[in-house]
Amino acid sequence: MSAFSSIADAATTRAAISGADLGPWLRFGVDEAGWLRAGEGLRDGAYRLCAYWGEPARVHLALTDPAITEVCIVGLDCPSGRFPSIAALFAPAIRLERTISDLHGLAAVGAPDRRPWLNHGRWPAPFPSTEPTVDYAFLPVEGESLHRIPVGPVHAGIIEPGHFRFTAAGETVVRLEERLGYVHKGIESLMVGAPLARAARLAGRVSGDSTVAYGIAFARAVEAATGTVVPERARWLRALMAELERIANHLGDIGAICNDAAFSIMLAHCGVLRERVLRTAGRCFGHRLMMDRVIPGGVAAELDAGGAAVIGELLADVRRRFPELVELYDSRTSLQDRTVATGFLRPDLAHRFACGGVVARASGCAVDARRWPGYPPYDRLAFEVPVLEKGDVDARVWVRIREVEQSLSLITQILDRLPAGPIAAEVRVPAGSASPEGLALVEGFRGDVLVWVRLRPDGTVDRCHPRDPSWFQWPLLEAVIEGNIVADFPLCNKSFNCSYSGHDL
Amino acid sequence: MRKLILRSLYGPPLTEPAPPPDEAALAELAGHLDAAARRRLGRSLAIREVDAGSCNGCELEIHALNNVFYDLERFGIRFVASPRHADVLLVTGPVTRNMHEALERTYAATPSPKWVVAVGDCAFDGGVFAGSYAITGGVSAVVPVDLHIRGCPPTPTQLLRGLLALLESAAG
Repeated sequence: MSAFSSIADAATTRAAISGADLGPWLRFGVDEAGWLRAGEGLRDGAYRLCAYWGEPARVHLALTDPAITEVCIVGLDCPSGRFPSIAALFAPAIRLERTISDLHGLAAVGAPDRRPWLNHGRWPAPFPSTEPTVDYAFLPVEGESLHRIPVGPVHAGIIEPGHFRFTAAGETVVRLEERLGYVHKGIESLMVGAPLARAARLAGRVSGDSTVAYGIAFARAVEAATGTVVPERARWLRALMAELERIANHLGDIGAICNDAAFSIMLAHCGVLRERVLRTAGRCFGHRLMMDRVIPGGVAAELDAGGAAVIGELLADVRRRFPELVELYDSRTSLQDRTVATGFLRPDLAHRFACGGVVARASGCAVDARRWPGYPPYDRLAFEVPVLEKGDVDARVWVRIREVEQSLSLITQILDRLPAGPIAAEVRVPAGSASPEGLALVEGFRGDVLVWVRLRPDGTVDRCHPRDPSWFQWPLLEAVIEGNIVADFPLCNKSFNCSYSGHDL
Repeated sequence: MRKLILRSLYGPPLTEPAPPPDEAALAELAGHLDAAARRRLGRSLAIREVDAGSCNGCELEIHALNNVFYDLERFGIRFVASPRHADVLLVTGPVTRNMHEALERTYAATPSPKWVVAVGDCAFDGGVFAGSYAITGGVSAVVPVDLHIRGCPPTPTQLLRGLLALLESAAG
């Protein structure tokens, strides 16, 4: 409790929120003075920003202590439609705050950046619309011999849409400004009133590459809210799927980063391994990406003995082939020339933005939601959290390599010790709880995925906020590209591999 | 590296035989293009992929078409960087309102004759996102669609069968 005592002192209400097997965590209702204390705590580094979202006439902050052992939610009612800006005190909150204004029409008083973010002026009423042709006011860049390069939203590769506005002096990038929101689908509004099964399908499609992580985060939040006890076997099967997802994505990223340095043999070989992981997932769980296999209460797919054997063969295959690829990466100076010292992310920035994932761990931050705050079954599994200090593209490749190795070891442990028993429990809102809330943090391949949910007595979703790790990584990409050459942007971008869909919601 | 290359040279290929073209896709495509257009497109198709709001699941599986197991290029089908070089727009996602204009402009930038293939359940009718204020509700609401490849996401094999049906139609 000590970590949040300054907010607690100023709180007008307090309630416990279940964190499933963790917590209970606290929800503080605050007035504007208490709200600003939370902002000051963020500014002073007393808390990490975990999430910041709104609903009609209310705003919420989710915070953790610096060691990520406790989580709290701070809520401010703003019936007047106005609330004091947190971004004025703490810049990493800027885009989240602009989103709150876009989606809920709430005004952040004193906000440093009042431009819309996700709202491009094309949504129907009641959203404020502008002429679609009105130019977005990119930040001014002044100086001699600067030129601008607009890129997107439709990119050259098979990737998601977003706009990048480069300002360059010769080849060197002076400033990159991102404009996102192109794939905003209104997921939070679709969640309102949705039955759990439909809401879980939506959560699994916030960012398709992290569908297992989102599935687990949503399920854990619902289980926390309802007090559902998940069968042991289901927890272990979830971890199994999560580690398969991590390996598949890391293999894809390692290959794609090398390919962006024109070293395509890595893409080809990593692509073979990635395809084998996906085929194994398809064989064992009936879907290559394992979509909709994690459900509130447990999992929807059983692993039979044949499936376990197939995964065992996969592990042997990856263990045999992957070290050669690592050696290949490590021994090519032409490749290292592109990745070493490129796209350096300062550790203090990574820490301040609480960005999580590979990006943070390659810049000296020891974060991993599987350990801090942790969740079952990882408390019973042995694994290391690789942390490197160098902060460049090369470091982000190496963190991924080490994590593939750790995930292989985790899957071996899971297969060895997979408990027997049922794979799903019934989820029911306990009688007498008016609007139960739950919160979960789950480590996806990209970083910590947070899902907050509030249910109605009839078991449907009242409100849900899924927060992708990309929210805190996208702004840092703007920082790392500064001073690099334009041609290195694909490398930097791929080494971050932020989600557009997860961010745009 | 030498070992890896030698093994690739002397080992059996990983590329798998092509699946048969999708019958339903052939039926949907029948009569879409006249003979003259078919002759001009021949047996080679250039594809521009456009994500119009997908969750990125479809992109993952479209990417997989380029891996050695599916090796899309052996059929003369390849992905290109600009709509100006494309014969086919491969569109994913429910077409968000924020991507509406970008999709229209990409379509306009693609020279005729051209095809539009809508990939995934949400590109068909909005899928799981149907009913949202932020989407238009499927690719055909914005540009004419010649072929739908359903699935959430469709597997690379399903994608391949759809694209091979397209190639059959193009060759007449």
